[in-house]
Formats: sequence, structure tokens, C-alpha cells
Amino acid sequence: MSEEGIVKKLMYVNRKAPYGTIYALESLEVVLIGAAFDQQVSLAFVDDGVYQLTRSQNTDGIGMKNFSPTYAALGDYDVRHIYVERESLEARGLTVEDLMPLTYEDEDDDWAEKESLRVVDSSELATLMGEQDVVLSF
Amino acid sequence: MKFGILVNEGPYQHQASDSAYQFAQAALTAGHEIYRVFFYHDGVNNGTRLTVPPQDDRNVVDRWSELAEKHDLDLVLCVAAAQRRGLLDADEAQRHGKDADNIAPGFRISGLGQLIEAAIQSDRLVTFGD
Repeated sequence: MSEEGIVKKLMYVNRKAPYGTIYALESLEVVLIGAAFDQQVSLAFVDDGVYQLTRSQNTDGIGMKNFSPTYAALGDYDVRHIYVERESLEARGLTVEDLMPLTYEDEDDDWAEKESLRVVDSSELATLMGEQDVVLSF
Repeated sequence: MKFGILVNEGPYQHQASDSAYQFAQAALTAGHEIYRVFFYHDGVNNGTRLTVPPQDDRNVVDRWSELAEKHDLDLVLCVAAAQRRGLLDADEAQRHGKDADNIAPGFRISGLGQLIEAAIQSDRLVTFGD
């Protein structure tokens, strides 16, 4: 379902905590629908957005659906580049060990399982943002 | 230039819709094209024809409808976001057994694919949100 062969670099920037507001959930819905358009997609997690990727989320106490398992499925939607801002992790006392493992299977490398998630500092993230055709910020 | 516009907040509570409207108007006045305005998250609330703001205030919804009519703008409410928040056109209302619909003139309901398409087809996608 590519748009007349146009392939753009498209980055989704996730800035909000997973619960408390609906931005994270509805942003994920855009990513899943957008996968059908065969664009060069990446995701960035900054500010409280880094909480979206934390392990062992449990929403029993707030009566909301725990949608965090969907992030682990992003590899199946051809999402291979997930950037997490180092400064945002550090400011919240988090390390990469606190985050879910996120991988994709590389069809050009005998379907080897590879890491999608990369921690980058803010200046590198700024460079990556500058390379995009479209930045969708949620 | 061809612009796509994404509006992520509802009317009045946030300035996002006002800013998006002013941007759209300025862009059109300057001779640019608006490929589509897509309303997402609480932004879908910009498309209800049941708002009744005080008479001495701007009418955010009517303003969008009028701009759409004048410039043949494509105003799209995300269907999933709209259904969550009680925004229904006549077809959706009937399908879900609801007794009313509330979409303002000039708006239509469609899927998130319309946002991605706007991002791809426009020279710039400009987001108005919180």
C-alpha cells in the first residue's frame, strides 16, 4: 500500500507516560496502521515517553488495558529502529535494563533476531530528527 | 507548498485548534495548498456541530466548517478516536445503534490511514498539539 512509490523517513516521537493520558495508546495505533504504507519508520521515546517501554507493566489497579505487549510486536510490523533518549532515562533513574527487549527478524540475514532498541543521547536524537521527512509527535 | 495539518487537541481547552486554524488561513492566503486537516486524539471534538459557545467568543467548530466550504478543505476525524469520544456521523450512529449523530458540516470520518497518506503526500506535515 505504498503511495505511488513515495517512501519517506517517518519518525514517531513519544513524549508522554503510557497511562494518565491516551497519547501513548493512540500513538501506537498510528504506528500499527502506518506500517501498511511501507515507509522508513522509526520511533523515538523521550521525556516521560520512556516509561512506555518499561518492563512488567501492570494496570490491574487502574482498570485500564495494559497495551505494553504491543511494543514487543512492533518488529512484526517492520519497525526496526526504536530510539530511547539517554538523558530522559537517566533523569528518571532508569537504565536499559528496565526496558522491554525489543527485536525484529532480519530477512536479509537468515531471519536472525536483532535488537531494535538503541539508547541515544539527545544530540544524536536531534541529528536523527533532522534527517526525517516527517516527524509525528505524540 | 502543500501542507498537511494534524490537530491533536479539542476546542477551547487548548489553543492547538485555534493555532491550526490561523495557520491554515494564513497558508491559504499566501497561496499554499492544504492537502488535508486530520483531527486526532481529543482533536476530534473540533468536529461536533453541537457546541454552543458564548456569543462573544469565537466559534471554533463553525470556523472550521466555513473555512472548509470556502476552500474545499478536507477535514477528517479519525474514526477510532471519534467513536471513543462520542463523535458519530449518520452511518456510524446507525451501525452502532445510537440515536443521534453530531458531525459538523465539512467534516468527514475516516481511518488513520488518511493521516499517514497526508504525511506522505504533503510537503510538510504540521502538528498542533499539547
